Amino acid sequence: MSYNINEKGYYGEFGGAYIPEMLYPNIEELRQKYLTITADPSFQEDFHQLLKDYVGRPTPLYFAKRLSEKYNTKIYLKREDLNHTGAHKINNTVGQILLAQRLGKTRIIAETGAGQHGVATATVCALMGIECIVYMGEVDIARQAPNVARMKMLGAKVVPALSGSRTLKDATNEAMRDWINNPVNTHYIVGSVVGPHPYPDMVARFQAIVSEEIKSQLLEKEGTENPDYLIACVGGGSNAAGTYYHYLDNEEVKLIAVEAAGKGIDSGESAATSVLGKEGIIHGSKTLLMQTQDGQITEPYSISAGLDYPGVGPMHANLYKTGRAEFIAITDDEAMTAGLELSQLEGIIPAIETSHALAVFEHKKFKPDDVIVLNLSGRGDKDLQNYIDYFKL
Amino acid sequence: MMNRINKKLKEDKKLLSIYFSAGYPRLEDTKLIIENLEKNGVDMIEIGLPFSDPLADGPTIQASSTQALKNGMSSEILFNQLKDIRKTVSIPLIIMGYFNPILQYGVEAFCQKCQETGIDGLIIPDLPVDVYNEQYKAIFQKYGLINVFLITPQTSIERINFIDSISEGFIYMVSSASVTGSNSGFGDEQTTYFKRIADMNLKNSQIVGFGISNNETFTQATKHAKGAIIGSAFIKHLSTHGVDKIKTFTSSIRN
Repeated sequence: MSYNINEKGYYGEFGGAYIPEMLYPNIEELRQKYLTITADPSFQEDFHQLLKDYVGRPTPLYFAKRLSEKYNTKIYLKREDLNHTGAHKINNTVGQILLAQRLGKTRIIAETGAGQHGVATATVCALMGIECIVYMGEVDIARQAPNVARMKMLGAKVVPALSGSRTLKDATNEAMRDWINNPVNTHYIVGSVVGPHPYPDMVARFQAIVSEEIKSQLLEKEGTENPDYLIACVGGGSNAAGTYYHYLDNEEVKLIAVEAAGKGIDSGESAATSVLGKEGIIHGSKTLLMQTQDGQITEPYSISAGLDYPGVGPMHANLYKTGRAEFIAITDDEAMTAGLELSQLEGIIPAIETSHALAVFEHKKFKPDDVIVLNLSGRGDKDLQNYIDYFKL
Repeated sequence: MMNRINKKLKEDKKLLSIYFSAGYPRLEDTKLIIENLEKNGVDMIEIGLPFSDPLADGPTIQASSTQALKNGMSSEILFNQLKDIRKTVSIPLIIMGYFNPILQYGVEAFCQKCQETGIDGLIIPDLPVDVYNEQYKAIFQKYGLINVFLITPQTSIERINFIDSISEGFIYMVSSASVTGSNSGFGDEQTTYFKRIADMNLKNSQIVGFGISNNETFTQATKHAKGAIIGSAFIKHLSTHGVDKIKTFTSSIRN
């Protein structure tokens, strides 16, 4: 049994392309071409060159000595926070902008929640000199002002999503509507392993550079490619997909996916999709999503703007359903505490998304000789105001 | 018994079809709007099942959909409102909605309820043709429902022929690359597209939707096609004039 995608675009029963006919030609063009384009040696050369010289890869695999001592186990941090623009998101946007160029597209659209993917998209568009339009919920624009400013400075146009709950899911709807209106010249850079096939697979492949590097770096440090555990936070799930990718079918390596419980699973203010979600369709993908009994998609909550997506990528829905990954839900309070702890034990201020993953060590006991790799998916600069407000610093 | 849609398509006239969101402007308006539309000569109705995330729709239908949900509309309530509809209404009725609410209701349970209610067909924009063919076709047929597929100006000839081969009523021809509710009128590009499709001599009639808002666009759209669907423009009329003035709208279209 494989936990990777099958030839029809499904992970187990999850995935597919549930899209209106208006999007069919765009999606079909991508589906037919993404594997051949990305497998081309010239693509791979450009991709790896940019990852090295522009993004700053490989990112270090850092043994967190003091954190390990505290929890009496061996913890390695995969430093995606050290990438250009401050998170793993740029691995995907570099890949997709190169793909868009080879498809002959002259206009880029993207959705963004907290603004990290928007910034990563605006960055590569500036790099390539391509027009960039980023859809962002009106509510998110108000609470993520620094990232809005960064996108504008990079030359992108930020368009407020005014429909629905005016957050990430609505920004995604608006981006899809834009694509319906501009089917020929535009490429949509989806920011996570969500959306219609081939997006979940395509984004996972671009993020797979993370697990590729972990394998060789861990071999050097521990004499084995295989950690006992891989830990990553999951909103849509792109950093987790990248962390797991080369280990998906290697069941010696246990996978832990960390979701945002918000104010508590039963509080009515949560984003723990694996617990609260049911199977359904969101943004063109069959997956687990938070919804009413009548099938209306509900608005999730998390203190972290990068984790409050009402669905989860189809790869993760399958990892949950099959039991391949263990899903743990972490509250706002637990995450914030873990974020402060890492700052003071290791001198690294993590993004609040990542803080959720770090909070696992208070939740779950590991053995002293367990080797754990945790994806430190982003840096905390964008969250400083949240940390300041929360801890009254 | 022949499906009401097929019967209507045989009539020697250009068909006017109207879309509106069930439960809008007020929750209890659904039935009244349907009855008034039939009284005023409308040939077919698409009853919109509201959805929280209607990604093929423009601002007007989004807003009416959101308001309908706020009013409390759901699949269950819609079927309750329509349970006696066939005592008063005889034109074809189609439910148009996104797939997730139907999936949650249970596809078979939904189809069965449609048949009991006297619904003739479904339009589910985000249910892909191949998934329908493999998983749901038998269920739709069991309950006598016609599933209507869409084509757009970007749809390839091969795919149009394929969609024609599996369609059993009409083909919903999306007028231009756009979400619903754009009303900039039709230019040469659309006219050429309408004619190109007409010249394919498909086995199914075509009904044009998206961007039809008045007599001019209705006439242009139906020059080559069997009929046209108006959604956003009708909803705007409802928002301004309420359910009593439907006649003003329908006569302005037919002139």
